[in-house]
Amino acid sequence: MYKLDKLTARISFAALLALSTHTAFAQSDSAKYPGIGRHATMAEVAAWDIDVRPDFKGLPKGSGSVEKGQAIWEAKCASCHGTFGESNEIFTPIAGGTTKDDVKTGKVASLKDMKQPQRTPLMKVPTVSTLWDYIYRAMPWNAPRSLTPDETYALVAFILSLGEIVPDDFVLSDKNIAEVKMPNRNGMTTKHGFWNTKDKADVNGSSCMRNCVPFVQVGSTLPDFARNAHDNIAEQNRMYGPYRGADSTKPPLAKLPGASGEGLAHAKDTHSSAKKGPAALFQSENCSACHAPNAKLVGPSITDIAKKYDGQSGALDKLMTKVKNGGAGVWGSIPMPPQAQLSDEDRKTLVTWMLSGGK
Amino acid sequence: MTKKQIEISAQDIEFIEKPANQARLVKAPEHFISQELIADINANGLDENRRGFLRKGFMSALGGAAAGLTAPLAMAAGEGDPAILEKQEWQTTLGKNVATMPYGMPSIYESNLIRRESPGLTRVSAASVAFTPLQGLFGTITPNGLHFERHHQGWYNLNPETHRLMVNGLVKNPRVFTMNDLMRLPSVSRTHFIECGANTGLEWGNVAVPTVQYTHGMLSCCEFTGVPLKVLLEECGADLKKGKFMLAEGGDGSGMTRTINLESCLNDTIVAWAMNGEMLRPENGFPLRLVVPGVQGVSWVKWLRRLEVGDMPWNAKDEAVHYIELMPDGSHRQYASIQECKSVITTPSGGQQLLDKGFYNVTGMAWSGRGKITRVDVSFDGGNNWRTARLETPVLNKSITRFNIDWVWDGSPAILQSRAMDDTGYIQPSIKTLRNVRGTRSIYHNNAIQSWKLDSNGEVSNVQVG
Repeated sequence: MYKLDKLTARISFAALLALSTHTAFAQSDSAKYPGIGRHATMAEVAAWDIDVRPDFKGLPKGSGSVEKGQAIWEAKCASCHGTFGESNEIFTPIAGGTTKDDVKTGKVASLKDMKQPQRTPLMKVPTVSTLWDYIYRAMPWNAPRSLTPDETYALVAFILSLGEIVPDDFVLSDKNIAEVKMPNRNGMTTKHGFWNTKDKADVNGSSCMRNCVPFVQVGSTLPDFARNAHDNIAEQNRMYGPYRGADSTKPPLAKLPGASGEGLAHAKDTHSSAKKGPAALFQSENCSACHAPNAKLVGPSITDIAKKYDGQSGALDKLMTKVKNGGAGVWGSIPMPPQAQLSDEDRKTLVTWMLSGGK
Repeated sequence: MTKKQIEISAQDIEFIEKPANQARLVKAPEHFISQELIADINANGLDENRRGFLRKGFMSALGGAAAGLTAPLAMAAGEGDPAILEKQEWQTTLGKNVATMPYGMPSIYESNLIRRESPGLTRVSAASVAFTPLQGLFGTITPNGLHFERHHQGWYNLNPETHRLMVNGLVKNPRVFTMNDLMRLPSVSRTHFIECGANTGLEWGNVAVPTVQYTHGMLSCCEFTGVPLKVLLEECGADLKKGKFMLAEGGDGSGMTRTINLESCLNDTIVAWAMNGEMLRPENGFPLRLVVPGVQGVSWVKWLRRLEVGDMPWNAKDEAVHYIELMPDGSHRQYASIQECKSVITTPSGGQQLLDKGFYNVTGMAWSGRGKITRVDVSFDGGNNWRTARLETPVLNKSITRFNIDWVWDGSPAILQSRAMDDTGYIQPSIKTLRNVRGTRSIYHNNAIQSWKLDSNGEVSNVQVG
């Protein structure tokens, strides 16, 4: 496979495509699982392996200015992020919360401030490669992978200028990107015990069984405004079984409802009365067990029914009654069982549909 | 009601009116048929003559009740439960055909238990969360249609015929696998929980959401089927000495990328195509996702299309901007991945309403990203006193374990809590213990003991103690 790599590296992309269909695609060099998988061509790896690491492995050559970045930003990014990356309408602001001093120290001081209302990406991200990789791979939001490398350089340059990390006349390129000093480059730690199962956790609980907390204090309760903020909890639980959902549209009950669940909603209330089309009802209500559109099964076809009652006054009422109570004799000796389970509305929908010949 | 219904009802009334201590067992009508007739029917089938014998058998079984044929139908409250005394529609009409619903759906009476979004949690629904209704689930397995959803740039139905998995980086043979290839490889089926690192993340500072669906519903548990990652990497000749890390990349618009710590995860990670006996659901990564047991859900990359072995972490967006934990000193914990031991009582839980005093089976789930659950204790007094719950078996590695405990509620206010322990000796901490070390702004990895307050009106609400 190494030889093939060298060979393909020397030939043009078009030739590579032709070659790969004939040779590389057919390759399967597995000893352990013969016939499974094949070698990836260089073009394939190049097409998918677009990630950029903190050491800039994977970064394509190119460059872009802050100025060019601003123009692309206004055309493709500002609608979600705001003209200066400050919009809080759709996404968290891109920039803000960093200072010139942070750029020097490599640690964003405002992250210590409990009153800092938001954490912008520029306050958090330690590596400029992250911005480049993500914008190139996933932006714009509704058209990912539509930016060129040069456009990506320009956009990253513009974002860096918003955070005053680079000057307004800066041109970012693969040559100088390693020199960019991110304001939170020293802000990360992996010393926490949650990256490798061999490491130990940072806290541990207590196994006390008796008189552990003699005075139990409730420190926080659900705020009143949050009681119904997730819609009615009664409609998010079963309406039978040991527990109901509390009706969060109302204040809490004054007393226990008792075994009968007096005043609470019931299981039948969950029965969706959503409108169904007549053809779906015909299936789901089992009419199709005995009736077909055009052929006689156990009962007459819909076409035959429509033909028989065509133009007859009172046909709707007559058939509505027949469907409800059942009947026999009109189409032969096999009786039609009563369909008492159908609601009046569904029955009317079905009979009207049948009389129209199933249209 | 028809005549026949009256007949049966009258019989039932007579039976129910007898005081309980005089009640007698009434044989089912088929026992009034002679053994000879049963043998005859078995051998020769039913004809009109034999049907006649059967009818006689039933009539004599009903006995004197026939005298009640003309009795009035009114059922006074004391006579019994109408659900028993009256015939139900499903007894008296024809049921639905097989395959009426070719892919079965839950009963219409289950329609309240669905995945739901938490209003205001995220800004766009394509990069959001739909929570699993834990308050209504049983056992340990999450039904596929209720598995929580978290997407970073929306979901798709990927075409499995054109889906490819590429393995590259520090490997001798960069390779491409089709679904045809992958599904021929030796597979394993293992049950594991998946929990978003941000599960319970809204509760770091204070109580914020009403029910367990929103506090803990970024949690699911399935039996996953796929090929072990190790098999694939070895097949490609991965340099696992130098390559301590692996990038997993998704095929969606976000091109989701996460660094996998191979030193920690190589042995139990699965490249999976199935969940709970069927192919992955599109919302859960159809046709291929990574299963990284014990590690937060974001690393279980969906619509998986590429694995790259490397010698350093990648610092992808979702490991350098999100899924990082802000500590009180202003630093961020990066690559905090393991989902620590945790448990929660699912019934009764926040927003639920008890009808009455008396016996309850209190139940919940426990899980640990480091191993197996060894014990779960439950407190009914806010953590002052604890009792050990029953663990349902089998207790599986990095999977959900169901616990149950008996409880008789006397009607007075109570605070219910559960705390789990795992086989590393770790004990689930209180929220206070966690805050002492990590503050209140970390968003991720809140595995604190959950408290549910039960008021004397029977309503349960979300509270924090201490």
